[in-house]
Amino acid sequence: MYYLLIFENTFTIIETEKKIIRSSKKFSDIVFENLTLLFAITIIVIVVFICFEMFKDSAISREKFGFGFITSEKWDSVKSDYGALTFVYGTVVSSIIALLIALPISIGVAVFLTELANSITKTTVSFLIEILAAIPSIIYGFWGIFVLAPFMRTSVQPALQSTLGFIPLFQGATAGFGLLTAGIILAIMITPIITSITRDVLKAIPVSQREAAYALGSTKWEAIKMALLNAKSGILGATILGLGRAVGETMAVTMVIGNKAQIKESLFEPAYSMASVIANEFAEASGGLHVSALIEVGLILFGVTFIINSLARILIYSFTRKAQAR
Amino acid sequence: MTDYYSMIKNNSGRRKIKSRIMLTLCVTAAMLAILPLVYIFFYTTIQGASSLNLEFFTELPKPVGETGGGMANAIVGTLTLVGLGSLFGIPVGIMAGIYVTEYSKSLFANIIKFVTDVLSGIPSIIIGIFAYGVIVIPMQRFSAYAGGFALGLLMIPTVTRITEEMLKLVPHTIREAALALGIPRWKTTIMIVLRTASSGIITGILLAIARAAGETAPLLFTSFGNSFWSSSLDGPIASIPVQIFNYAISPYDEWHRKAWAGAFVLIALVFIVSLIVRLATRNKFSQSA
Amino acid sequence: MSELILDNIDNNYVSVIPAAEHSTAAVEESHEHLKYTVETENLAVSFFGREAISDINIKYRSNTITAIIGPSGCGKSTFLRALNFMHDLTPGAIVSGTIKIHGKDISEYDMTDVRRRVGMVFQKPNPFPTMSIYENVVAGLTLHKRHKKSHLDETVEKSLMLAGLWEETKDRLKVSAMALSGGQQQRLCIARTLAINPEIILFDEPTSALDPMSTAKIEETLHILKKDYTIVIVTHNMQQASRVSDYTSFFFLGKLIEHSKTRTIFTSPKQKLTEEYVIGKFG
Repeated sequence: MYYLLIFENTFTIIETEKKIIRSSKKFSDIVFENLTLLFAITIIVIVVFICFEMFKDSAISREKFGFGFITSEKWDSVKSDYGALTFVYGTVVSSIIALLIALPISIGVAVFLTELANSITKTTVSFLIEILAAIPSIIYGFWGIFVLAPFMRTSVQPALQSTLGFIPLFQGATAGFGLLTAGIILAIMITPIITSITRDVLKAIPVSQREAAYALGSTKWEAIKMALLNAKSGILGATILGLGRAVGETMAVTMVIGNKAQIKESLFEPAYSMASVIANEFAEASGGLHVSALIEVGLILFGVTFIINSLARILIYSFTRKAQAR
Repeated sequence: MTDYYSMIKNNSGRRKIKSRIMLTLCVTAAMLAILPLVYIFFYTTIQGASSLNLEFFTELPKPVGETGGGMANAIVGTLTLVGLGSLFGIPVGIMAGIYVTEYSKSLFANIIKFVTDVLSGIPSIIIGIFAYGVIVIPMQRFSAYAGGFALGLLMIPTVTRITEEMLKLVPHTIREAALALGIPRWKTTIMIVLRTASSGIITGILLAIARAAGETAPLLFTSFGNSFWSSSLDGPIASIPVQIFNYAISPYDEWHRKAWAGAFVLIALVFIVSLIVRLATRNKFSQSA
Repeated sequence: MSELILDNIDNNYVSVIPAAEHSTAAVEESHEHLKYTVETENLAVSFFGREAISDINIKYRSNTITAIIGPSGCGKSTFLRALNFMHDLTPGAIVSGTIKIHGKDISEYDMTDVRRRVGMVFQKPNPFPTMSIYENVVAGLTLHKRHKKSHLDETVEKSLMLAGLWEETKDRLKVSAMALSGGQQQRLCIARTLAINPEIILFDEPTSALDPMSTAKIEETLHILKKDYTIVIVTHNMQQASRVSDYTSFFFLGKLIEHSKTRTIFTSPKQKLTEEYVIGKFG
């Protein structure tokens, strides 16, 4: 108590001694600053509002099916019995396929861009990759229907079947439209984002580290491998961000996945994804429960992408901060 | 006893070969990544450009069985939707970007940045559901407003990010110079800082617009689609991507050709805008160097 | 151990402060009839609670050039920037004390008005990159309120002439300011400041980024400007201080050690610290 008193006394003395010069803010300045603040807050409000809407509009379905919604395979609008498991399965499996293909390729491209290419090649390749990211997904889907799916049916899938056919994943009819084709389309679509972030992450690693590796007699690849190992949390972030894109991708997947609500062992079989079912059925949904169930699928999709993206951002932020600190 | 020298030598030879192999794989990866792009680009051009004619830009779609016709209403529709989206998305994006760089304390700036990232990560189909819930349901009809709103929401994160990054490039000394002349802060921000960053921001906005023009999922149940001219903004309206989608999943060859022509228009748009952005940002770099 | 030494140094210099005040007072007395354009009382600036400068009591006369010298980090620029609210943008900065312009406390003025009366030229030339030479010069006017074209033309000519840039630029006023050389850009910045017709002009190491020729030109300009303006210049270069200034203030570790006529500072300083600094023993 005594100390506090002393502290308070000295504190007040300091306060009275100092005359702080504060600049008087103009009214117009205050207006403008608060206006920009208002717009910034608008973004937060929108995101909160999106969560709220998704939650509110899925209420009927959530009350009716409870947690069973996620574990049920049924999706029957005639009997009004809905469950999201098949869609979750389709989304998860197609995204995993996409990652398995896109990750090594993206890392390869990123290494190529940071370590190997001369400046003209670098500019050209990164420009092309940028365009790859900017092509509308409807065009990927369209191309998928007319080029990729037939190619998968006639060449890739038979080849896989004859070599790896002993694995259940590669058995069954080769329809062309299905999980594997969706996964490949997704892989093409998420390669640019994983590449560009991996490239930035590699760039953030100081040259001195690579020089040190060379000085110890490393080959070029060994030096690069060390850089990649150092950047692994950043690359992981990039990968997860790519996963977020793949999970939320709608049109391209809708056009090649086959749109059949089923869970089959084979990757050649048609399936259905969360985003696709919303895209296909929402506009013509029959009745409140159907719409509500679709929105609940949307809510799950939103939750999953939210968690994935947050995780990715945290990893990338912390990596870049660490790299800057070095 | 052991020939260490040759061991090291052999080992280093193997390491060199491994290095060579891995580097070759990286080059292969780069080629593999670009292959689909080249394929899609040329395929769309060949399929699309041959079906592209004046009619495509001036005529309404024809029913099944009739040849000819175009996508004029969808082109105008996409312009309308993107225009509406820009009207909403660009001001919000720019102002929020200004707030983050010019006024915000670091914690709040980080919160806004994070939320902007969250918004950019939300799948566009969800944005569609949201626009459906807040505009289509209360209005009781599909409308251009709903589609435009959805596109605007999708543009916000891109515009905010690019504004933020471009404003950060403006040297602090420029702000000081303006303030030292007795120019009020808000005028400094708009007339000096924003103007200095304007070329970068404009190219970023172009990119956001090109992206929005190609969005399909959020329009499926907001602006819906229309085979005729739309007379007002509170009714369903056609758009190129949705039209492509409807044609693509149809069984008719004639419609497929139309869809390829539409796809070609979208790809050309994306390509031209990306090229402009590239050239503009390259100029920026050479200026600062 | 090192902290201990630092503490000692700090105490030593704190103890010389009363003497410094005394010397200021002496100068004051002998020139009492002259008008003071700028006065500060107990001026202090802190960043996040750490004091950068404190107890600055100083008075500047009209139509004089005062140089502020001192080693890096002594608070020269911090002091200069306090005079026209430039710390407003710096997060965590608190300015306390009193600043008077022509005897009137600046907290009674509007912030932008203070800045219009106290112009500032910065270390690195910073013309507005998207504007032409002409637009740069009139920026302070046109962004304040509407002006007649004839008035603007006149101001541009007058300001550029004073800054010694008119001959070089009169035929290409519409060209981007970035097309000028570094030295020309700095003179453009001076012209830009002159256009708003301030009473005091602060120069924050205006020639440190320039070549000797450009430096000489700007020093020439300073002499011309002295007729109409009160000038305060922070400089790293002691020759420059002795060449251009009438008065010199010596700052050290955030304190004003000595303020006197330039000749006195450089030939017979009262403080030992000042003497050590001007003969190059440290800094």
